[in-house]
Amino acid sequence: MTAPIAPTQGYAFAYLDEQTKRMIRRAILKAVAIPGHQVPFASRDMPMPYGWGTGGIQVTAAILGPSDVLKVIDQGADDTTNAVSIRAFFRKTAGVATTTRTAEATVIQTRHRIPETPLRAGQTLVYQVPIPEPLRFLEPRETETRVMHALADYGLMHVKLYEDIAEHGHIAKTYAYPVRVEGRYVMDPSPIPKFDNPKMHMSPALQLFGAGREKRIYALPPFTKVESLDFDDHPFEPTRFDAPCALCGATDGYLDEVVTDDRGGRMFVCSDTDHCETRREAGHRGALLAAEDPAGGATARPEIAEDLP
Amino acid sequence: MTATAPLLEARGLAKWYGDRLGCRDVSFDIREGEVLAVVGESGSGKSTLLSMLSGRLAPSAGSVVYRLRDGSTRDLADLSEAERRHLFRTDWGFVHQDARDGLRMGVSAGGNVGERLMAVGARHYGEIRAKAADWLDRVEIDVSRIDEKPTAFSGGMRQRLQIARNLVTAPRLVFMDEPTGGLDVSVQARLLDLLRRLVADMGLAVVVVTHDLAVARLLSDRIMVMRGGRVIEAGLTDRVLDDPREAYTQLLVASILQP
Repeated sequence: MTAPIAPTQGYAFAYLDEQTKRMIRRAILKAVAIPGHQVPFASRDMPMPYGWGTGGIQVTAAILGPSDVLKVIDQGADDTTNAVSIRAFFRKTAGVATTTRTAEATVIQTRHRIPETPLRAGQTLVYQVPIPEPLRFLEPRETETRVMHALADYGLMHVKLYEDIAEHGHIAKTYAYPVRVEGRYVMDPSPIPKFDNPKMHMSPALQLFGAGREKRIYALPPFTKVESLDFDDHPFEPTRFDAPCALCGATDGYLDEVVTDDRGGRMFVCSDTDHCETRREAGHRGALLAAEDPAGGATARPEIAEDLP
Repeated sequence: MTATAPLLEARGLAKWYGDRLGCRDVSFDIREGEVLAVVGESGSGKSTLLSMLSGRLAPSAGSVVYRLRDGSTRDLADLSEAERRHLFRTDWGFVHQDARDGLRMGVSAGGNVGERLMAVGARHYGEIRAKAADWLDRVEIDVSRIDEKPTAFSGGMRQRLQIARNLVTAPRLVFMDEPTGGLDVSVQARLLDLLRRLVADMGLAVVVVTHDLAVARLLSDRIMVMRGGRVIEAGLTDRVLDDPREAYTQLLVASILQP
């Protein structure tokens, strides 16, 4: 964990001005009060392109306090460009402490994953959302989708799932798998793998979703019921993996396939880098590391430079 | 509520599009199992009337009262949007002239038939599929084509698929807007045959709008002739077609081509 520093002069705390943060907080409060309901907000231009997490950044900026500890992940990894840049951005403009360890963080901004380490009460998970409307590709009219949400008229969503089974024999949607919140609103959980869907159910952490381009915020308060949509005779199944992680041997995580050479070699590794490193620190060895280093033993976590020039 | 109480009562219906008249002074009853044909030339107000009856267009004057399955009667204007949608996908059907308006062209035949079931809460894939297959069979579509999209179907098949999609929830009242329009004569005959059988089997009440008097003759018990937005003649189909009283109706009947 890096210690808090003095933020760069000339910026409001966490970049956004106080009036904007109040506006976003009001939207967040409304979203928390109506779980799964999309609340419009006056999304601002951010110093980065749409699609890079402008919605998530605005939500994070609105909820961040000086004593928070921030973690940012992209595809589960702390060391990818997007994650490093967003973390450095808040380090610079808010001076908050940052970490790569899930357990230490109070605010976690994420794209595509929910950390493997179970979240606890007091933590907030902020999702970057590209398309907040789960009915978007089924019903193109926004006026109509709003009426459908208002009337809980979600038969069309099941027509989509029916088509999947008719065509593929199973529900083929593997990410952004639609969920029903507290038996009421159908929600797009952002493009997380369906592997992560069960983690949203009854989570003790607050989950906030920000879509910058689409100007929508929605939320799951702690301990909210979240069911993945399915049929009685084709129940929801999270993705399963045949192989353990090649580096840490974990069998409980979501794995990325990594091509290792141009002769068809590949390995499966944890997508959650913190989970993988924590396990390796504790001495766990996957097949690849065990072959390289038969003696075994704990490895040190690689340091990630936090303070960019 | 007695068995003879009307299913739907229209009283003094009128629709003005600004200064232009859509239709006016239309009053009639439909009872369960009764087929009413509305005939007239283009622009006579048939489609306006159908839109008002089915609650898709608000009338400028008059009312439409419908008797729900629980026996209570409701004015369509007083239904909430949620009630209206529910009625539309359970107790009512609407067969469009162009099947593309009534079908989801990007969804398979089975999905099209199953949509209403899923909209009212069916969540068992096997049962939805079995019911869809049964209905495809009943409208004489080969069950092996259940996973094909309507884009791969002929015009007559699309129309039959549209009918299956509407009847799957066993509605009591079906609106049809030129159901045989744009089909060739032999396909029309087969479709009419099928409709007659389904209407008789299910005891459906039907309001069918058509400009084709042969369709009215084959399907309907009663007929309303419209011209310039008004009903000019109404009565039993055989009586009106065999012994038309109004000059315009006589003209309509006389202009049927005899091969």
